Amino acid sequence: MSRLAKIGDWFEQRLKIWPAIQETAEHRVPAKSASWFYVFGSAALTVFMLQIFTGIMLALIYVPSAGEAWNSLQYLNHGVTLGWFLRAVHGWGSNFMVAIVLIHMVQVAMFGAYKFPRELTWIVGVFLLLMTLGMAFTGQVLRFDQDAYWGLGIGASICGRVPFIGAWVVHLLLGGPIIAGDTLSRFFAFHVFAIPGLLIAFVSVHLLMVLKLGINDWPMPGRLVRRSTYVQEYEDLTRKDGVPFVPDAVWKDMIFASVVIASVLACAAYFGPYGPSGQPDPTIVQTVPKPDYFFQWLYALLALLPPQMETVALLVGPVVILGWLILLPFFAGEGEKSWKRRPIAVVTIALTAVTLGTLTHYASYTPWSPIMDAWSGDPVPVQYLNGRSPLERQGAAIFQEKQCRNCHSIGGSGGLRGPTLDSVAVRMTHDQLVRQVVQGGGNMPAYGKNLNPAEVTALVSFLDTLHPANQPAARDAARQISEQGERSATPTGKP
Amino acid sequence: MSEQDVSRRQFFVKLGLVMNGLAAVVLATPVVGYLLAPIMRGEGGRYRKWIDIGELDEFPEGQTRLAKYKNPISNTWDGETDNIPCWVRRVRGETFQVFAINCAHLGCPVRWFPQSGLFMCPCHGGVYYQDGSRASGPPPRGLFEYQYKVENGHLMIEAGQLPTLSTSASLYKRSKGCQG
Repeated sequence: MSRLAKIGDWFEQRLKIWPAIQETAEHRVPAKSASWFYVFGSAALTVFMLQIFTGIMLALIYVPSAGEAWNSLQYLNHGVTLGWFLRAVHGWGSNFMVAIVLIHMVQVAMFGAYKFPRELTWIVGVFLLLMTLGMAFTGQVLRFDQDAYWGLGIGASICGRVPFIGAWVVHLLLGGPIIAGDTLSRFFAFHVFAIPGLLIAFVSVHLLMVLKLGINDWPMPGRLVRRSTYVQEYEDLTRKDGVPFVPDAVWKDMIFASVVIASVLACAAYFGPYGPSGQPDPTIVQTVPKPDYFFQWLYALLALLPPQMETVALLVGPVVILGWLILLPFFAGEGEKSWKRRPIAVVTIALTAVTLGTLTHYASYTPWSPIMDAWSGDPVPVQYLNGRSPLERQGAAIFQEKQCRNCHSIGGSGGLRGPTLDSVAVRMTHDQLVRQVVQGGGNMPAYGKNLNPAEVTALVSFLDTLHPANQPAARDAARQISEQGERSATPTGKP
Repeated sequence: MSEQDVSRRQFFVKLGLVMNGLAAVVLATPVVGYLLAPIMRGEGGRYRKWIDIGELDEFPEGQTRLAKYKNPISNTWDGETDNIPCWVRRVRGETFQVFAINCAHLGCPVRWFPQSGLFMCPCHGGVYYQDGSRASGPPPRGLFEYQYKVENGHLMIEAGQLPTLSTSASLYKRSKGCQG
């Protein structure tokens, strides 16, 4: 016996763990389940381990103090050998982890894997998703920059909408009356101790159940799940048409996991670390806070929901979604597993994906936000000034100076909060424009107090010129008739 | 093993459970108190203090300016988060309006545009008039206001708390305008 084997034996005599390892490794899985579709769970676990490792590495340097965190991140980026790379791997790892967990969830839902007897595996998985998102949010806070500061403000404002105990929830979240040192310290405790501890525990239970109950069989249309017969059918299936997990299935997990890790490393090396953006100094108000990628759908939703629905959506929405996900295996615990015969499941997943994707896409250019420097930064297109009267040009200057441009684009630049004004004169008559400018309405502030009558006249005569060459400006028919009347009465009247 | 022995052991197991339960309660009490400290510390408006934000001359009549103050409830390790901005509008004489920087929608920092006389929020497009009332966008109410007073030629505000829909910038205004 070789020396190595002897050492192994010495440990085995004391640990007595080899039979368990062997049993785990060689447990039989349905041959069809040894598929490329079944690699996402192990990939999520792999990225989680990568996150733990890189997280510990970052904690060697990071200072969890509101006064020093930002500086320590700068030091990590610029002062520590390859510190930037480890930050980048951790940041990209979090992106990949959220993405893979979601893909895993979609795959599990499409393959009916949450059905009997794997209901609890699914429910634990739902909590794992919540914890993953919790890690993503708290991690974004630890990158203690402007986005983190105002992100906390948004979190606190959401908590402040809780009825009756809102103030308490806000103070609990922040660890005090306002975003400060205690806030960062508690988010550090969540991100580094509490949530990872729970994650490890829940991942262990999740994995244990996968081993005890066996991996989901490949869904066959027409092969229905029944509580009375399923366990026996699954046993028969793995006996007749099963393969040992190692090596028949595991090689796909291993290859995919290494591809994922390589992708994380490649993204980290190519794109570099996330921020930190500006210092977490709230007196720097020239900032446009934005959440990280995985929360941008929420950012978009909060801009687009009707205001009166917001509080309800924020407080009741998560409860409904969570409740529905947890109860799903109870009201759909039996029956058809194949996506080919579960159109409602497929449509639900597709709609959810399209919704989240669309919202995230909107968040990439935030049409609902005023562009804060458009009024001073974007030029008025030359063709809108050429050949215009002094009054109309004065109107263009007022259009810029009064920040109209922040919400209204012309010539393809400016805000998208309000309608684009390149052809506004076609849509609205002179009088309608005056009314809209002075009184506002339809989500536009009233400018009556901030424009004197001369300015309104100039501004609206500029707006009157904004129509395509081949399309005349809108005119009030009644006004036309009365003007004609005036003209015939006083031949020297205005044209 | 006699029957008496069994009941004796069962008794001791129960005793052990009870003792551990008592220990858990004794341990939990201070832990719960510790965890709830951020709530209890602030009860009765103790999170707010009067702060001097500058001489009256710093705020010209009819203008709105950004003022900064040190958060009154702070620790040395708060760093830059200690600096809190607010918008001071001197209406006339000693009549002021002091607005919190935080948008009433979701707390982002609103910016003042003197030319158009509007506060605009960069996050979700909330807009307010110069008197802080809601002009457009998603905010459910106007800007949060600090309570102020003038003392010895200095403008004082009562501050210290992040204003949200259920936490006010200053104590007295809690019930005002939330329905807006």
